[in-house]
Amino acid sequence: MSRAAKRLKPLVYVILGIYAVITFVPFLWALSASFKSMPEIVSGGMHIIPKHFTFDNYRTIFRQEPLFTRWFLNSAIIALSVTAFNLLFNSMAGYALARIKFPGSTLMFYSILGMIMIPGQLTIIPSYLIIKELGWLNSYQAIIVPMAAQATYIFMMRQFFINFPRELEEASQLDGLGRFGTFFRVVLPLAKPALAAQTIFIFMGAWNEFLKPLMLMSDKAMFTLSIGLNTFKGQYISFWNYIMAASIIMTLPALLIYIFFNRFFVQGVTFTGSK
Amino acid sequence: MSKRAGNNRLREAAAGYGFMSPAILILGCFLLLPILYAIFLSVHKVNLLGEVSYKFTGTANFERMIDDQRLWIALRNTARYALIVVPSQTILALVLASILNMKIRFRNFFRVAYYLPTVTSSAVLVLIFMWIYNTNGLLNFLLEKVGLPTYNWLGDPSVALAGIMIMNIWSTAPLFMVIYLAALQDIPQSQYEAAEIDGAGVWQKFWRITVPQLKPVTFYVVVMGIIGTFQLFDQSYIFSAGSGGPNNATLTMVLLIYQYAFKNLDMGYASALAFMLAVVIMLITVIQRFFFREEKLN
Repeated sequence: MSRAAKRLKPLVYVILGIYAVITFVPFLWALSASFKSMPEIVSGGMHIIPKHFTFDNYRTIFRQEPLFTRWFLNSAIIALSVTAFNLLFNSMAGYALARIKFPGSTLMFYSILGMIMIPGQLTIIPSYLIIKELGWLNSYQAIIVPMAAQATYIFMMRQFFINFPRELEEASQLDGLGRFGTFFRVVLPLAKPALAAQTIFIFMGAWNEFLKPLMLMSDKAMFTLSIGLNTFKGQYISFWNYIMAASIIMTLPALLIYIFFNRFFVQGVTFTGSK
Repeated sequence: MSKRAGNNRLREAAAGYGFMSPAILILGCFLLLPILYAIFLSVHKVNLLGEVSYKFTGTANFERMIDDQRLWIALRNTARYALIVVPSQTILALVLASILNMKIRFRNFFRVAYYLPTVTSSAVLVLIFMWIYNTNGLLNFLLEKVGLPTYNWLGDPSVALAGIMIMNIWSTAPLFMVIYLAALQDIPQSQYEAAEIDGAGVWQKFWRITVPQLKPVTFYVVVMGIIGTFQLFDQSYIFSAGSGGPNNATLTMVLLIYQYAFKNLDMGYASALAFMLAVVIMLITVIQRFFFREEKLN
């Protein structure tokens, strides 16, 4: 390493450290508020470690807000179903586009590429009218079904299967497994890295989705956490201790998924570019 | 023999459609159909009360945009937002990625840590920042400590958009950092070694090799940043409780569309706005793809 680079080293760590602090402070500040009592927050004490550490905020939002648990469950049901359907449907479609020759496959591939470029804002209003016409407003399927397959990840799976070694499939076909058997017993189990990358993005996308539940769910019992939090804010104006406790609860599942699947993250980001 | 081959082909086709059918069904009903429906809506006046009815109005919805004061406010906000946020987050992302690309300790820790805001929901991030921005909040406390003026970040129209900008630079830069980081690892090490032999220093290497090599990625990041600006919704909705206030300071394009569609129930005009927005975004994407491909071929 050159001398100039060596001289820069301490500076580099200082910059990295400062930026780590900038990243963490908002989260720590929220976490700290979630363990503070209301009087402590009002008194304006600006210390990050609560003076009187309390779990009351968490207890209150779960016990006195019966809908909070419901919102959590709604979010979980929606995010888990969306993830499961996407893993299955996107992989199936991606595999067909990569491996199976059938009339119209090229057209479908280019249609998928085109769909990736369509901004979601274009379809917000018509989707709402279609879902309303189906009588799905205030139901889980209103969010789950339209999100159950996504063009971006179909393309991603197609690229994955294109580079997948053919020999394994040929061997299993010789063993008498058909296309479906080969796919479910041989191909899918070996596609774990691609599936993991998909899991992170799709779960987080569904868990954090804001606009769809906002327009499709008007019944409070069908709110997801993201919408619920927003109502919560209106209801408990300046009760920041409750609002922050609820925010922490909402962050945890996505955070756990991120930590758990972290090593698949980078390849996913560089592939999809942007969420 | 030929019959068997034909059978085989038939079986393959059946398998192909079988595998594709869930995706075709979902994307057909909830993506392709809505696109056509959106175009239909944008040239109609839609009456939602009672039985839904449509009245063809030709280009009336589009002509109405010219005199729509709030549309121009939203566009002005978008432009102001893009002018500050896109360069800031791009430079920040490049700097962080370049540093993380050096041989440093705890590199993975920093990478994982910096990425944290990107995995957090926008609803949560906005609430955390509102808590920090409130008049007796952490930000004003820190500003006061160092002798800077404090603001009513949520209620003062002159700084409300700035509050969203700061938050979004903070939460989006790490995403682009990861993209830069991947691109940095693709730059051949031999180029740097050759430059070192020629006596190039750290800065020279950065300006002469890194920055030019990253040009296509930078272009991509900037374009994505601009598109993200046009698509801004959650943040301004939560900040302003859906109003785009104070005094329209946080009004964005998508928030405007949402208000026309779901507050005024003017689905036709809202669809026309969404259509224009989509056309602009797609044009930007196409231009970016075009240049990106050119760069790759060279």
